Amino acid sequence: MTNEADVRGPTGLSVVHEGRQPHWQLDHIDGGSRIVLGGDWLAQAGTIAEFPPSEIGGLTTGQHLSFDTAGLGRWDTGLIAFLWDAKRAAATAGAVFDVSALPVAASKLLGLLPDSLSNPAARVRHGFRPVNWPVNWIGGQTAVLLNELGVVTGLLITTLRGGAFAALGRARMRRVDLYANIRDAGPSALIIVSVVNFLIGAILAFVGAVQLRKFAADMYVANLVGLALVREMAAVMTAIVMAGRTGGAYAARIATMKGNEEIDALTVIGVPVSDYIVLPAVLALVFTMPFLYLYGCLVGMLGGFVVSISMLNITGSGYLHQTLDAVPFGQFVFGFVKSIAFALMIGVTSCRIGLKAGRSAADVGVAATRAVVVGIVGVIAMDAIFAVIADVLGI
Amino acid sequence: MSDAPHAVPGSTVAGSAPLLSVRGVTLAFGPKVIQRDLSFDVRRGSIFALMGGSGCGKSTVLKSMVGLLRPRAGKIVVEGDDYWSGSETRRAETGRRFGVLFQSAALWSGLTVGQNVALPMQMFTKLDEATIRRLVKVKLGLVDLAEAIDMAPSALSGGMRKRAGLARALSLDPDILFFDEPSAGLDPITSRRLDDLILNLRDGLGATIIIVSHELPSLFAIADDGVFLDGQSKTAIAHGAPTALRESCAHPHVRAFMRRERLDTEGKDRMQ
Repeated sequence: MTNEADVRGPTGLSVVHEGRQPHWQLDHIDGGSRIVLGGDWLAQAGTIAEFPPSEIGGLTTGQHLSFDTAGLGRWDTGLIAFLWDAKRAAATAGAVFDVSALPVAASKLLGLLPDSLSNPAARVRHGFRPVNWPVNWIGGQTAVLLNELGVVTGLLITTLRGGAFAALGRARMRRVDLYANIRDAGPSALIIVSVVNFLIGAILAFVGAVQLRKFAADMYVANLVGLALVREMAAVMTAIVMAGRTGGAYAARIATMKGNEEIDALTVIGVPVSDYIVLPAVLALVFTMPFLYLYGCLVGMLGGFVVSISMLNITGSGYLHQTLDAVPFGQFVFGFVKSIAFALMIGVTSCRIGLKAGRSAADVGVAATRAVVVGIVGVIAMDAIFAVIADVLGI
Repeated sequence: MSDAPHAVPGSTVAGSAPLLSVRGVTLAFGPKVIQRDLSFDVRRGSIFALMGGSGCGKSTVLKSMVGLLRPRAGKIVVEGDDYWSGSETRRAETGRRFGVLFQSAALWSGLTVGQNVALPMQMFTKLDEATIRRLVKVKLGLVDLAEAIDMAPSALSGGMRKRAGLARALSLDPDILFFDEPSAGLDPITSRRLDDLILNLRDGLGATIIIVSHELPSLFAIADDGVFLDGQSKTAIAHGAPTALRESCAHPHVRAFMRRERLDTEGKDRMQ
């Protein structure tokens, strides 16, 4: 560096490697201009100088832009970034970009780079929102929701029809797929269903015991636990567990298959996605969920039983009798029907969410999350609807 | 001033010592041996081809060279440094000198093309965002994808994806580049352009390139050294440049492979 004032170099440079700072200057010579390069031009070392296109203003068509690299030290793509700026500026001015003085390697790399760069405007992700955006947003979301309802209903009808065909043995569904799905949705879920329902039964008994003991109505803990489990809790808790466990898995699996073009491969050979993927998945849930519900009732009552006989003044046989008296068979039917409905809803929505997912890894995650959220919210919303219907019908 | 980029650490060392050497390496998945007792040297600045039929373990050898699969026996030496005997941190440091183009490009699907190239720089350098974006543009410009900087990988064609993967491999100015089947699945013209690109990048960046391929035209065009792996004897059966192997290799299988001839003793075409 001879004269600090004449040398343009990036300011605020953080030097990582030991070496000379990169600097350059533009000299006007006969027939054009010459860029004198000096120092080490390493991208990793810090900011790279920009070549302002205005600098080239003096050059006209046919004139040469050449280089003097006598002072150039080590370099990497940082230098190429700078030279590319100069190359584009020269191309814009119509000047000849003379690489003869540059290192051969650098001129080869520059040869690969285009003369111009149509600068794609950075895509606006969250653009300007018009004043009436809440209206647009609500309208848009409503339209999406209605559309989705239609699609899910369509998928449900296809699945039900497929199920009917399957019952007649005429569906294009392979039994192995169904069995594999049933194994995943049923026996593998027993432990978590047991834990959740046992604890729910125990919690109900605790809460009931504390309150009912005040009225010396200890015995009615059995009624509380039995009715609450059979009518509501066992069905809802089992469905929530299955929405998280199986619904999420379905959505992730189908979304991944979509990303790998596996769905396309099925479509091409003429296997309807509804038959090959959706039907076994939904049927497996519909088969297993009611039985998981019954099993959940049993385990939940066991939880209530354990808490009751250890906390309250009740005999084991007394508790059993009270439970049998308190829960009529009709309540089981009600819970059974509910769990079938939950299974259908969870199966169809999670398959739909998987089929709708995008193709990236992040999309698979989004699909799994969404399936779980929709499943859980859907189960609780449907349970509320069932409660109203039961009230009207007097069940 | 010199011709080659001097950013490459150690590039002033005399060129005679191999940059990377594989010594008696045996690779296996559980009891299944993929390749045994494999030895070869990769010279600095060469384009070294790992050749062989489908399923002979070329990609597996590449995997162990880039640190994804520990060899059952033997060692891989990068500039005198036994790659697999060091700590994981040490291995990661060496790995930063590597650029890898995976068979299916393996672009991170949640990021744009530009972000894919920028990620290694964001992780391992202290450059500011504007500089990174400039460098990303240069790297994408080198593979003729400067316009695709804000596109999602899913919107790219197969050839573009390969080139974007190449740009990502170049992100940290590596001095050893590994390409796994760079031209597989590309049309002859695109494949030819990729070959030219690889040659130019080798000359321009002064990088050493290790390439897995069974595309003969591409091998003849770019590779100047190589090793031929055999799936049956599970080891290297020939060493040398692909063109030399085609002209004068004693091994009938290698010669048949290189000349794309039917291997009559086998009774079937093993070259697919």
